[in-house]
Amino acid sequence: MSELTLTVMRLGFLAVLWLFVIVAVQVIRSDLFGTRVTQRGSRRGGGNASGAPAQAGRQAAAPPQQRQRRGAPTKLVVSEGTLTGTTVALAGQTITLGRAHDSTIVLDDDYASSRHARIYPDRDGQWIVEDLGSTNGTYLDRTRLTTPTPIPPGAPIRIGKTVIELRK
Amino acid sequence: MSVVTNTTTIGAIELPSRRNTELLLLVFAVVIPIFAYANVGLSIHGKLPPGMIAYGGGLAVLAGIAHFVVRRYAKYADPLLLPIGTLLNGLGCVLIWRLDQSQRLQNLAKRQFGHFSESAPRQMMYTALAIALFAAVLLLLKDHRTLQRFTYISMAASLVLLILPVIPGLGADVFGAKIWISVAGFSIQPGEFAKIVIAIFFAGYLMVKRDALALASRRFMGLYLPRGRDLGPILMIWAMSLLVLVFENDLGTSLLFFGMFVIMLYVATERTSWIVIGLVMSVAGAAVVGATASHVKARVTAWLDPFACYTKSGACEQVGQSIMSFGSGGVLGTGWGQGNSDLIGFAANSDFIFSTVGEELGLAGVMAFLLLYGLIIERGVRTALAARDPFGKLFAIGLSGAFALQIFVVAGGVMGLIPLTGMTMPFLASGGSSVLANWALIGILIRISDTARRPAPAPAPSPDSEMTQVVRPS
Repeated sequence: MSELTLTVMRLGFLAVLWLFVIVAVQVIRSDLFGTRVTQRGSRRGGGNASGAPAQAGRQAAAPPQQRQRRGAPTKLVVSEGTLTGTTVALAGQTITLGRAHDSTIVLDDDYASSRHARIYPDRDGQWIVEDLGSTNGTYLDRTRLTTPTPIPPGAPIRIGKTVIELRK
Repeated sequence: MSVVTNTTTIGAIELPSRRNTELLLLVFAVVIPIFAYANVGLSIHGKLPPGMIAYGGGLAVLAGIAHFVVRRYAKYADPLLLPIGTLLNGLGCVLIWRLDQSQRLQNLAKRQFGHFSESAPRQMMYTALAIALFAAVLLLLKDHRTLQRFTYISMAASLVLLILPVIPGLGADVFGAKIWISVAGFSIQPGEFAKIVIAIFFAGYLMVKRDALALASRRFMGLYLPRGRDLGPILMIWAMSLLVLVFENDLGTSLLFFGMFVIMLYVATERTSWIVIGLVMSVAGAAVVGATASHVKARVTAWLDPFACYTKSGACEQVGQSIMSFGSGGVLGTGWGQGNSDLIGFAANSDFIFSTVGEELGLAGVMAFLLLYGLIIERGVRTALAARDPFGKLFAIGLSGAFALQIFVVAGGVMGLIPLTGMTMPFLASGGSSVLANWALIGILIRISDTARRPAPAPAPSPDSEMTQVVRPS
C-alpha cells in the first residue's frame, strides 16, 4: 500500500471520528428538554381605551412595586356568600378566584367556575378585575364584565352568590 | 395600551422521540468501524480484509436489532447512548482484530500457551450476546423503579459476586489479581456485574437514609460533620473495599465501589463533607495497603518510575511500553496497524488496549475517545437530572459515576497518571464480562432516560369544572 494512501486514510479516519463527536454534540445542543417558559408580556386588551382612561398616556412605566398610590385599596373583603367576612391583603400580587384548589380564594359556590376571575394590579397600581371565561360571568356593580376593567373603590364584584369588595 | 401583566406560562415541551436522529447516528457509528477495519487490512496485509463484509454486516445487524428494540420499547430514550456505545464497541473489535494480526503477540502466545487463538471472533460473539442482554433489559425492565424492591437482596448479591473469586476452586488467580471465576470453561469477572447490582443497593439505601445523613450533623471548621452512628454505612463500604483490595489484590474494583458510594452519598445529601471524608479514607486505605500488599506494591513501584525497574519487573515493562506507545503516537498517530503497541505483550488487547489507540490514532484519537466516553457520562448525568423519582436519579448517577471512575482509573493507569489497576476499558477491551455488563448498564440508562423524557400525561380534567351550575334567567 502506498504511503500516501495510508496517510490519507489515517487523517481521514481521525476526521470522520471527530465529525461523529461534533455531530453528537450538535444533537445534544438541539436536545434541550424539560419545561418551556413563555413570557406573556404586553398584553393589550383593546377595550381598555374606554375602560381605563386614568392610565392613558402614562406608559413611561413606574415599576409596579412602587409606593402605593394614595387612597388605593389595601384589602379585599368578601361581603356576601359562604366566605363572608374573609379578607385578603392586597400586596401587589394577582388574586385568583374560583373553585379550583390552587386559587387564592377558593369559592365554595355552585355557580362559580373553577377558574372564574382574577384581580391584579396594573403597572400604576390600579386594581383590575378580569373574567376568565366563567360560565355565569363576573359582575361589577350590575354590568357583566367582558374585558379587564379597573375597579372603582367600593364597587361590589359579584361571582355567583359571592360578593367581594376592595376596601382601604 | 398599558395593561401589562407579566404572566409566565410554564408548560411541557412537546418532545419529539428523536429515534430518527438515533438511527442516523447509528448508521454513522457502523460505518466508522468498517472504515477502520478496511484501514487495518490495507496497512498490514496490503489488501482489504476478507472478513470485512461479515464484520460490517454483523455490526450493522446488531445495531439494527438494538435500534429496533429501543424504538419499540423505549420510544423517548436518549438518542446518543446507543450510537456511542455501538461506535466504541465496533472500534474495540477492530482494535482487538488489529492486535490479533501482530506477529509478536502470536509468537508470545505460542510460547506461553502452545497455541494462538484469535480474540476478535470471540469478542464479536460476546458483542452479540451483549446486544441480546441489552434487548432483554429493555424488554423485561418495564420500569426501573421495580429494582427498588431488591435493595437489600442486591446488597447480598453484590457481596456474593465480590466474594466469589476468593472461594477456592472457583476463583482463578490470573497474574496476581483474583478477580476471575471460571465456570464451565468460561472465565467471568463478577466485579463487572457487581458494579450494576451494587448501584441498586446504594440508590435504594440512600434514598431512604439521605435525610438522616444530610440533616443530622454538626458544623465544624466549615464542614458538616455527620454524627458518629451515621458514619456506619460509609465505614462498612470502606472496610469491604479494603477487604477486596487485600484478598483479591484488585485496586480497581475496590476504588470503583468506594468512589461510587462517595459520589452517590454526595449527590443524595449535598454535603461536601462526605467527599472530604471519602477522600481521606481512601487515601489512608490505599497508603496502608500499598505499603503492605506485595502485588499492589509492585504496581506502585511501576507507577513511580517504570524505567528504573524496566528490566527487572514485568509490571514496570508493561507500563513503560505503554507510556512509550503514547509518546510515539504523537499528535496524529502512526495510523491503523502501523504502531508497535504489541510490544506491551500480555494484556495488550485487554487492560492496555487504550495504548494502541494512543499510538495508532495519536492524541487526536485519544481525545476523541475520551470525549465519546464523556458524552455517555454526560447523558447519564442528564438522565439523572431529568428523572422524576429519587431512586432513578440516584441510580443513574451511580451508574454513570461508576462508568466515569472506571474510565479514569483505566486511562490514568495506562498513561502513568495513577498506579495501574486491573480493570478493563468499557466496550474497547477484550473480555466477555466487560462487554456484557456495560451493555446492560447502557440498557438501564436508556430505560431510565425513556421514563424521564416521556412527556408527562395531560392533567385530568378538573372534576368540579363540570359541576358549575348555569344561572337560568327565570
